[in-house]
Amino acid sequence: MGYVETRDLRKYFGEVRAVDGVDLSVEEGELLVLLGPSGCGKTTLMRMIAGLEVPTSGEIYIGGERVDEDVPPRARGIAMVFQSYALYPHKSAFENIAFPLEAMRLDRETIRDRVQRVARMFGIERLLDRKPRQLSGGERQRVALARAVVRDPKLFLLDEPLSNLDAKLRALARFELKQLQRQLGTTTIYVTHDQVEAMGLGDRIAVMDAGRIRQIGPPQAVYDDPADTFVATFLGSPPMNLIEHDERTIVGFRPEALLPRAAFDPQEEVITYLLRVREVENLGANRLVYGYLEEERRTDQPVIAAVPATVTLSIAEGEVYEFAVPKRALRFFDRTTGLRLERKDLAAPVRA
Amino acid sequence: MRGPVAVRPGLTLAPPTVRFARRTLADREGVLGTLMLLPALAYVILLVGVPFVLAILLSFSSATAGSLEFSWVGLRNFQVLLGDVQFHRAVWNTLRFMLISQLLVMVLATAAAHVLDAAFVGKRVVRSLLLLPWAAPVALASMAWVWIFDSTFSVVNWTAKKIGLLHGWWYWFGDPGLATAAIITVHVWRTFPFATVVVLAGMSAIPQEIREAALIDGAGFWRRLWGVQLPMLLPVVTVAVLFGLVFTATDFSVVWLLTRGGPYNSTHVLSTLAFQRGILGASLGQGAAVAIFLLPILLVVAVLMLRVARRAEVGV
Repeated sequence: MGYVETRDLRKYFGEVRAVDGVDLSVEEGELLVLLGPSGCGKTTLMRMIAGLEVPTSGEIYIGGERVDEDVPPRARGIAMVFQSYALYPHKSAFENIAFPLEAMRLDRETIRDRVQRVARMFGIERLLDRKPRQLSGGERQRVALARAVVRDPKLFLLDEPLSNLDAKLRALARFELKQLQRQLGTTTIYVTHDQVEAMGLGDRIAVMDAGRIRQIGPPQAVYDDPADTFVATFLGSPPMNLIEHDERTIVGFRPEALLPRAAFDPQEEVITYLLRVREVENLGANRLVYGYLEEERRTDQPVIAAVPATVTLSIAEGEVYEFAVPKRALRFFDRTTGLRLERKDLAAPVRA
Repeated sequence: MRGPVAVRPGLTLAPPTVRFARRTLADREGVLGTLMLLPALAYVILLVGVPFVLAILLSFSSATAGSLEFSWVGLRNFQVLLGDVQFHRAVWNTLRFMLISQLLVMVLATAAAHVLDAAFVGKRVVRSLLLLPWAAPVALASMAWVWIFDSTFSVVNWTAKKIGLLHGWWYWFGDPGLATAAIITVHVWRTFPFATVVVLAGMSAIPQEIREAALIDGAGFWRRLWGVQLPMLLPVVTVAVLFGLVFTATDFSVVWLLTRGGPYNSTHVLSTLAFQRGILGASLGQGAAVAIFLLPILLVVAVLMLRVARRAEVGV
């Protein structure tokens, strides 16, 4: 049994099925990312685990103990970092961090020692006298994390804690967060809609949509082998190209797998496409080529190719080029259900 | 100005191809501002400024209601008041009524706001009912209270008797202590709805995430109340209380309609005493002097009010 388990967990708000039957198991010490578009139910799921929301039905276990019926948030051994950080505006950074300890009725000496210790850990000793409004976004985020860490919780719940930081700071904060989680070894559930964050942080990713978990697994596995077309297009930027293969099948491949034929080793097993280029966007490290596949059965099928800067062939808008995808990079999905198909299920072999 | 215009010999401007709208009265903020402020200014000058200056002048005179004669007596009216036991009593009553009632209002309003903040059936109805005492005309409401505290038909006495709390009889307006209690009760009843609404507004301004953070941080009800909610509510509660203070300090109707300052002039406040001396007793000069005594008290309250309001604006 994992440290956190949910069994057929549901939360309905009237007609809306925010969480619609989730079975989740979070291993002790792991960092699990709940990833999904806004409104997919990821935050509601986390709030139910925190005890801020009462489930409509289903069960929640933390550390093997059932908590959904009568264990209040304060008794669940959790700490939470909110998107807005939710610092107490009238308290100094010190008082903010000390607040959970005061609630534990520790004596002043112990509280001071422990606040000092986490303040050192986050490099915010100099800021302890300041009120939240006198702190920058990054500093507030550190204070919020310090407040979460200070009482050694058994479970961290992080609700988009980096989304209020600017892009540069976010990358650094992501790295620090990962280090911290490794160092403390505390089981962590992290909610985000940002797939880059999910890929970079998660030991495992659970991709959610419409109240359900569509796929759960290590980031690379989810990226490489999406369970359905939703996961395929949600994870990855730009998303996986999906084109109609036949009446039953959709074939998918990542933009970085679609390259000019000349960029591949002649020995490589590939399938080739004629690509009419509509637009080229040069991003420095790579070029995004937007275009259409020129083939009788696949007219009007937009695709995107991400051509790395190391491929220096000129690609001009309006021209037609021979592009190719390695066979090992192809993924197949059922056209009606959107679910992933194994290659052996395919009726017709892919044209080489 | 049509056709090419010669600016300098040899240089011509092309005729304008567009015509922009001209500045109208609505664009001239200086003129418009003065115009719009004028009614309010006239109101303040005529109905507040003039009587105020008049009251100050009268307080230095021996004017009476019967004549328009005006003779300067300097500070004599004030000297007389300083040695006047009834006046001492009125100052003390004003302070006492205002402070005790507002203290009660603060506690009750905070509690009521918490109740109204919770979700329950019929919340909207209760919320609008709550505002009734505040909206009811004070004279009408006071008359109702006169009946509630009536010496023969008092519903309070009747209820207390029925549940076995009362064995003798309470003569509400016949006993200085009970009369004081009655006046404070009515003040609380009148100002508490407004304070509740203000506190409620303050509470809904506390972000949901902060309340939840306190829950998760393990704080119980009292710690959340004293450690998080009340400090965050402080600016808005202070505004409500200061409003209440001014409201009760300047109130005339409640005391006058309930007790007329009695029994034995024991419940006079400055406003009722001023009325009694100045209008009923016809010595305008002394009445004005009594009324002016409110000024320093209210001035302090007003300055505090403005400072707190500014602090609340900036954010604590």
